[in-house]
Amino acid sequence: MTREYVDGATAIARAALRSGCDFFAGYPISPATPILLHMLRELPKVGGVGIEAEDEIGAISMCIGAAVAGARPMTATSGPGISLYSENIGLAIMGETPLVIVDVMRMGPATGGATTTAQGDVQFIRWGTSGGYPIIALSPSSVGECYLLTQRAFDLAERLRTPVFLLTDKDMVMSMATVDVDEYHDIPIGSRPRVPPAKPPAADGTRINAVTGRPDGRLRPEETYLPYDFEPIDVIPPTSPFGGPHITRFTTSCHDEHAFLTKDPQKVARLNEHLRAKIESRRHELEFGLVDRCEDAQVLFISYGTTARAMREAVARTRAEGIPASALTLHTLWPVPEQLIIDAARGHTRVVVAELNHGQYAREVERILYRHAALHRLPPPTIISLTRVDGRLLTPEQFLAELPSPQS
Amino acid sequence: MTVSTLAPLQTLDSYRNEREYPFCPGCGHTFILNHLEAALEQLQLPPTQVVLVSDIGCVGLSDQYFRTNAFHGLHGRSVAYATGIKLANPDLHVIVLMGDGGVGIGGTHLISAARRNIGITVLVFNNFNFGMTGGEHSVTTPPGAITATTRTGNLERPLDVCATVAVNGAGYVYRGTSFDKDLPDRIVEAVRYDGFALLDIWELCTAYFVVNNDFGRKELLGMLDVLGMETGVLQKLDRPEYARKLQDVRKRPTDGDSMSIRTIEPLYSSPLSRKLHVVLAGSAGAKVRSAAKAAGYAGVLSGLWVTQKDDYPSTVKSGHSVSELIFSPAEILYSGIAKPDVLVLISKEGLDQVRHLLAEMTADDLLVTIPEFSDVPTKARKLVLDPRNSGIRVTRTNLSLLLTATTLRALKIFPPAALEEAIRRFQARFAEENLKVVQAAATLLASVDVPSITL
Repeated sequence: MTREYVDGATAIARAALRSGCDFFAGYPISPATPILLHMLRELPKVGGVGIEAEDEIGAISMCIGAAVAGARPMTATSGPGISLYSENIGLAIMGETPLVIVDVMRMGPATGGATTTAQGDVQFIRWGTSGGYPIIALSPSSVGECYLLTQRAFDLAERLRTPVFLLTDKDMVMSMATVDVDEYHDIPIGSRPRVPPAKPPAADGTRINAVTGRPDGRLRPEETYLPYDFEPIDVIPPTSPFGGPHITRFTTSCHDEHAFLTKDPQKVARLNEHLRAKIESRRHELEFGLVDRCEDAQVLFISYGTTARAMREAVARTRAEGIPASALTLHTLWPVPEQLIIDAARGHTRVVVAELNHGQYAREVERILYRHAALHRLPPPTIISLTRVDGRLLTPEQFLAELPSPQS
Repeated sequence: MTVSTLAPLQTLDSYRNEREYPFCPGCGHTFILNHLEAALEQLQLPPTQVVLVSDIGCVGLSDQYFRTNAFHGLHGRSVAYATGIKLANPDLHVIVLMGDGGVGIGGTHLISAARRNIGITVLVFNNFNFGMTGGEHSVTTPPGAITATTRTGNLERPLDVCATVAVNGAGYVYRGTSFDKDLPDRIVEAVRYDGFALLDIWELCTAYFVVNNDFGRKELLGMLDVLGMETGVLQKLDRPEYARKLQDVRKRPTDGDSMSIRTIEPLYSSPLSRKLHVVLAGSAGAKVRSAAKAAGYAGVLSGLWVTQKDDYPSTVKSGHSVSELIFSPAEILYSGIAKPDVLVLISKEGLDQVRHLLAEMTADDLLVTIPEFSDVPTKARKLVLDPRNSGIRVTRTNLSLLLTATTLRALKIFPPAALEEAIRRFQARFAEENLKVVQAAATLLASVDVPSITL
């Protein structure tokens, strides 16, 4: 059997390069620095650009600027850096910018523990920029998944023109693990929709919209397409890079179809609905996870990232002893994979959500399962939040302690 | 005037669109943008190759009045966006339109852009206050000036924008006013300059600064003298432009492919039939992690699954360094160690980190250490190794590998050749000296009685 002995940082950088990443800007921070080092070393070899920025704000700003100029960017940081990314995450959402952001979680709050693992950024990345608009976040729980989900992050960022988080942690990125090379899976990586070349005007002189191929009276003299035209509302608008064949406008502010600033309530409402709908209407495409159901099990464990590994070990152990238990490893954290959770929980009386924070994802599971139970007049399962915040990993024994004792 | 939809590289007669500027009567922004328009007409660049990057404030509206590409971003970050755009496509002409507010909040981007000499042109619309939010003071507000936030007169020293970027390497630096007739020529010069160019253009904010300070054109020109700030082209350097320089660096020979999968086929075999938890506890800077890594590779070379989890403080060559290794004949899911089967105790810093593990260890477990720690209380059996019996000169940096190699040899979880092969293959740079240490482990082990260990 062919294996590799490797860390998650290598798998993430390797997958980024395989995904066509050609731009990386970052700022040194434990435990994300290994990714910065890999990308700065490797990008020049493939004709890309890697730069250590003056600070985290500069790093994500450069990535966004590069993306609008046609690059396929990635950046990597940890919680304190995400704080500094916050405002620009909103810009990336607003301008519909493909961008992969790796958050290698460490102990917080604030400087916290630079080299101590944690999973405290789960709600932070979801709600960390103003406005409350949706983001996508994927969470690997093995080196093989670091490789796969990094590619998936690029694919989604490009196709949906949106920032995508790869939410991981110090133990996943910096620890060495043995990988069966058959675990490395490549997937096709999509591209952001591009505006086709401009077309000559119609016979009556009406100018042709390069995107629709039809005459469009809304086009301004300098325009060959409308950069922010949402028809239908959840369409991913095609774009053209700076320096390409079209003039392109990009803006952080509430804008109309031309990317001109507007306060017109109808246009603002349509823009904001578009930003929500383009993720929400694709929820079903975004539900990634590993369901390991066991018939007759009363308990379903739910976890993600490093913690999911202890969960899987606990489940293997209890099954070996004849006590069934089910496990759900979440690969998508945002948007919440509601159907996956509902399906996995079906038939279980107890759901244990395990994570290295004070129960940030347990509240999502509660929200989904309690609502589902209420809507369908079913008895809800008991939902237990299993947490640990001392810098150490949740152990398989802590999972096993949540199983009903054989007498009950 | 028409814009062709077919020839993207065609230039324009006018780079302005038909929309009227939204600025207050007499606002300097209108004058400066008129100068920019004149400069663009003179430059005759294809509009698809020009990007106007606007900051925030009244000046942030400016990009909407031109027939070029436009990027309107967050407050103070315009220079960083422009840097990203230029790095991604060095052929583009990137022109930043920012105010004195943007200079203040985004100062570090401005300084770094100057240091790099990245090929962007920055026009600072400097009217000494925040016009859009109500006339608050900015980093360039003159001393004594009345603003919404300096009601008894500004106490802060104004930032000399030109001197700041000039001293930090900006290739082209100019200071002038919105009243300068030659401003279009200077903008043309700046855009054509192959490097970082900044024009600090002083102007009037008729909504606030003019009203609050009885300030006009005469006072503005007089203030240049009062503050001793020179005008004109203040710096023009012959420095390589950063985006191109970075492209050139790419062409240099590199260290080859370091990202391909480094596959390992098992060359050796292991008698291990269960998970074996090994902890190395030593000091940062003493090659603990490197020794652990060699052991890990040796395990994988022997067909085992291995994980290595490291713990160390945020300092580099001080404090502890603890590596946790798990060797297993089957895939390892959970990589934490609650109780080691074997603890290799290398230093005092290491000891302080693993006291809780020592307390958990039982008589089935093994502590390997040096005479200094032979009295450490634990239920585990002890294997005390005196490095002086190894036959080599033992240092702070080779002790970790010596004790690790000796432990592995005693455990017999794989043949000694596996560790040697791991070092040759994966730690080639220090292979010669490390192989000597591994060989010395045999000598060291021969000097002691080894307790039996169940694998």
